[in-house]
Amino acid sequence: MSITKLADKINEAKAEGRIGLIPFLPAGYPNRDQFWREILELDENGADVIEIGMPFSDPVADGPVVEAASLKCLEDGINLKWILEGLTGHRAKIDAGVLLMGYYNPVLQYGLEKFAKDAQAAGVNGLIIADLPFEEGLVFRDMLAKHDIALIPLVGLNTKKDRMALYSRGGNGFCYYVSVLGTTGGTASLPVEVKEGLAKAQEVFDIPVALGFGLKEPSQLKELDGVVDAAVFGSALIKHIDSGKSSAEFMKVWK
Amino acid sequence: MKRGYFGDYGGQFVPELLMPPLLELEEAMEKIMKSDEFQQEFARLLKEFVGRPTALTHCANISRELGFNLWLKREDLAHTGAHKVNNTVGQALLTKMMGKPMLLAETGAGQHGVATATAAALLDLECEIYMGALDVKRQAHNVRRMELLGAKCVPVDSGTQTLKDAINAAMRKWIADQRITHYCFGTAAGPHPFPLLVREFQAVIGREAKAQFKEKTGEMPYMVVACVGGGSNAIGMFHEFVEEESVKIVGVEAAGTGEPGCTNSAPINLGTPGVLHGMNTLLLQTGEGQILPSHSIAPGLDYPGVGPEHVHLHASGRAQYGTVNDHQALNAFQMLCRREGILPALESSHAVAWVLENRDSIPKDANVIVNLSGRGDKDMGILEDYLAEHSK
Repeated sequence: MSITKLADKINEAKAEGRIGLIPFLPAGYPNRDQFWREILELDENGADVIEIGMPFSDPVADGPVVEAASLKCLEDGINLKWILEGLTGHRAKIDAGVLLMGYYNPVLQYGLEKFAKDAQAAGVNGLIIADLPFEEGLVFRDMLAKHDIALIPLVGLNTKKDRMALYSRGGNGFCYYVSVLGTTGGTASLPVEVKEGLAKAQEVFDIPVALGFGLKEPSQLKELDGVVDAAVFGSALIKHIDSGKSSAEFMKVWK
Repeated sequence: MKRGYFGDYGGQFVPELLMPPLLELEEAMEKIMKSDEFQQEFARLLKEFVGRPTALTHCANISRELGFNLWLKREDLAHTGAHKVNNTVGQALLTKMMGKPMLLAETGAGQHGVATATAAALLDLECEIYMGALDVKRQAHNVRRMELLGAKCVPVDSGTQTLKDAINAAMRKWIADQRITHYCFGTAAGPHPFPLLVREFQAVIGREAKAQFKEKTGEMPYMVVACVGGGSNAIGMFHEFVEEESVKIVGVEAAGTGEPGCTNSAPINLGTPGVLHGMNTLLLQTGEGQILPSHSIAPGLDYPGVGPEHVHLHASGRAQYGTVNDHQALNAFQMLCRREGILPALESSHAVAWVLENRDSIPKDANVIVNLSGRGDKDMGILEDYLAEHSK
């Protein structure tokens, strides 16, 4: 697989005249068996990229819904080995691009090189490390690139053009734009500054730009036509599953 | 050395959204903190508000018994009863001069929360303190103190509901409100530039101790000793002496009950390298990189990580780091109460205990300065519980 897989998937959606859909689910949520069923269902129902959360005891960049869900998975014994082995078993059935999201320490303890190798073997196309800014992440980014895995840059409302440019040079996959200052699952509707920030990101990055954090209503997507290439859903999907409804239903509303 | 690193340790492992305020803080350290205006006002506040310089006390009774001289740097005499206030007054003044109206802080047992609330009241800043829900229950008294000082105390009910979770919550709040807030980090840890910033404000401890000791004896001490949780009182004491090669430097970590495999707060002695709260350091963690709960009878030492400069001082061999268990710390606590009339914090008691436990390795007539980082009135509840438990 190629390092441009995630960009390709989002660009395919764009060619069809729609915004790419990136659902997020913490690994092992709501339980070990159902998790993989949900992933396959998300894939069958229009996910262009699927983002899987790797649990960490101290997730500073997550909001309360995602934190509670991933701490539960951690208690259930979910670890990187379980995620990569499960993915190896299911990857052939998943058409979407696959993205892992987590924090630096568990990956560091797994071994950076070993992780890059095993993740590639499991069919991972991209990685988000929430607490790895540009300066600390350069070496790992190159290491991942050798294994065709994109280290996804995360930028936000307060990211100036010069820092975006740092990430843009040699950046792969797509640019993940955090819509609200604050953490995932925020309450704000989409303010003007977000649209301006997204335009700035589109200008700086050659790769597609995805909007994440805080999306709640399908109507919010319409506002983003032409401004953003893809959208990430985290808290909204978790709440949906918690209410006993299926991933297929969730995807229908957003498609 | 890489920017923001002490040897291999330190760094800036934070979400990109925190990089702008960290860069802004670094710039403020360069432009504002170095200005005469800041330095003069900080010096005035330390003198007139904090009550510095704090005394250097010779423990005559215990020294006779030990055969060498035990000196205490009396941070327990600083306003609010501990060294914490040196840092909070410094950061609050910086916040004011940066033009931000609000301070955020985390607190474990509440000491840093109280010290931050105090500095915020003094400098007319709004103040929000994040505290683990479990700690809020255990330290209701300190919550009331913070509220009296005008701060809002926010209970954090995620994770282990203790200090590390309070730090996570405060960081999240800072991400959201960085334009109008400064995160007044409580110890010489966290992402760059906090380890340097906090050291800068705490270094007054070692500077005073060195000058006071020199004035009394004309010499350098044989050894300086301090307890290490996050490590701010210790780095404040050590910094001035790092370049004085003849002076031995000893940091003391909390070993918990001291039994093999017990929950402890000694990452330098018992931890492994990893990344938490923005820094590469030594941590109490599982092989899979999940952070383990810590424990010490001294709430201020109860943290699964440690400031990166201490790890570097340990790795380079410049300082040694020992451990003291709950029981040994309590012995030292009681000894200092009865023999010297000083009621020390349980944290500081660890440092005194190390000296008592290692008395045989210290030469006759040597001079040992222990940083008595705080007073123990705050620990009465813990002491009563412990004594009741162990007299059964």
